[in-house]
Amino acid sequence: MSPAINFELRRRTFIAGTAVAAVTVGMSRKAAAQTAAPVGAESTTVFLTVNGEGRELTVDNRTTLLDALREHLQLTGTKKGCDHGQCGACTCTVNGTRVNSCLSLAVMHDGDEVETIEGIGAPDAMDPMQTAFVENDGFQCGYCTPGQIQSARAVLDEIRAGIPSHVTDDLTAEITITDAEIRERMSGNICRCGAYANILAAITQVAEDQA
Amino acid sequence: MRQFSYEKASDPGAAAARAAEVQGAKFIAGGTNLLDLMKLEIETPVHLIDVNGLGLDTISETEDGGLRIGTLVTNTVLSADARIRRDYPVLTRAIAAGASGQLRNKATTGGNLLQRTRCPYFYDTAMPCNKRAPGTGCGALTEGAFSRQLGVIGTSEACIATHPSDMAVAMRVLDAVIETVTPTGMTRQIPLEEFHQLPGDTPDQETALLPGELITHVTLPAPVGGRQSYHKVRDRASYAFALVSVALIRQADGTGRIALGGVAPKPWRRTEADAELPNGARAVIARLLDGATPTEENAFKITLAERTLAAMLKEA
Repeated sequence: MSPAINFELRRRTFIAGTAVAAVTVGMSRKAAAQTAAPVGAESTTVFLTVNGEGRELTVDNRTTLLDALREHLQLTGTKKGCDHGQCGACTCTVNGTRVNSCLSLAVMHDGDEVETIEGIGAPDAMDPMQTAFVENDGFQCGYCTPGQIQSARAVLDEIRAGIPSHVTDDLTAEITITDAEIRERMSGNICRCGAYANILAAITQVAEDQA
Repeated sequence: MRQFSYEKASDPGAAAARAAEVQGAKFIAGGTNLLDLMKLEIETPVHLIDVNGLGLDTISETEDGGLRIGTLVTNTVLSADARIRRDYPVLTRAIAAGASGQLRNKATTGGNLLQRTRCPYFYDTAMPCNKRAPGTGCGALTEGAFSRQLGVIGTSEACIATHPSDMAVAMRVLDAVIETVTPTGMTRQIPLEEFHQLPGDTPDQETALLPGELITHVTLPAPVGGRQSYHKVRDRASYAFALVSVALIRQADGTGRIALGGVAPKPWRRTEADAELPNGARAVIARLLDGATPTEENAFKITLAERTLAAMLKEA
């Protein structure tokens, strides 16, 4: 795994800091009208197993799993796209199931096992899905790729587990891996470069190799 | 996002009592809709009660041959359950038509029923919205507003938002019943028909739940058989909310049940419209959407509902 990059002042951090200050000013009026207030600690200590390694973290309760991974554990392979569960760039697995890490709170994952793109392979020991994405040009800019790969691996598992999709013809028969099944199941991962055809080819290659 | 305190609940009754006691508290289960809304400060809970540890995550068989679904069963698990696929296929079809794989893995049964509308005026905090900020007006009913996605029936002058769930539409044709626990520890059964409220003058009041009341289960009556189907019409082939959706159960003799999604503030069903099924799509929709008050932009939904049903009836 590459070491985390720790610039003294990153441009995005600086802009984010400025935005927070602006929001705080705007909020003071609203906050005055709000009578209810938190009734306990506003931060919590959680224990996560991330890529097989135990990590203890104390986070503001508002911290999403995505921000915990990126900002607290410096695992920046998992990307923040829309931050609202619409793009899938933040997809990682929790206890083996793919989720949008942007729509989950770190405090809700105490004791959970999280796997990120860093945990599934490295440049010198790639996961078969990573290799297939490279071989099939399954990306251009690469920003959505960690989420695509995490989703792609889970999609094949979900088909093998018999979980039906919107395009599954017979709900009681074994599900066959078709282009339509893969496309439908990958619809929660958006690729702004439009590498969909090659992503489909990469996933199909892995599915055939594993068959 | 506003600051909030957080606790994990370990008992449903105690969780309900706590939610009623703490002003500004909310339950969190999957969180896929709540966190989205908290980031936008449309929802501003000051205390979150995490109900994921309550163990209400199994599906069991009831004495009268139905299924009792724990509120924490995820959409994926519910849609994939062999009993659901075999005996209630309309429910599997509806769930699989909604959201994305990642979201269905996280979203829960109770949470799906409680999700908020995706009306763009509810989401845009710079716009008036009687649901989000009671008394500010309805942005969707202002001159030149975009109302293509919004409701055509059951709406009011205060709100024309739709309920976005697919799952709930299937549960409505299956006559599902919601089980809850109240803050005083009583359990209660609410037919899904009575669960979602029409907006009237108070579009912020969306369900029959009392403050603090917690959904624990959703029960499906014994299977009713028939050919079951769910057809969702949307602007793209996957991962979009319905313009119109139709849940249909059709028996061999031509009778059946129908509910619509995407047209109303709740899954839309009328038993008198069910009775028209032997008479074809036009008769059904005329009865089902009688009294509709569409906008110029969404009047197409009435024709679309009729044609969708006609296509489904032809398939059988």
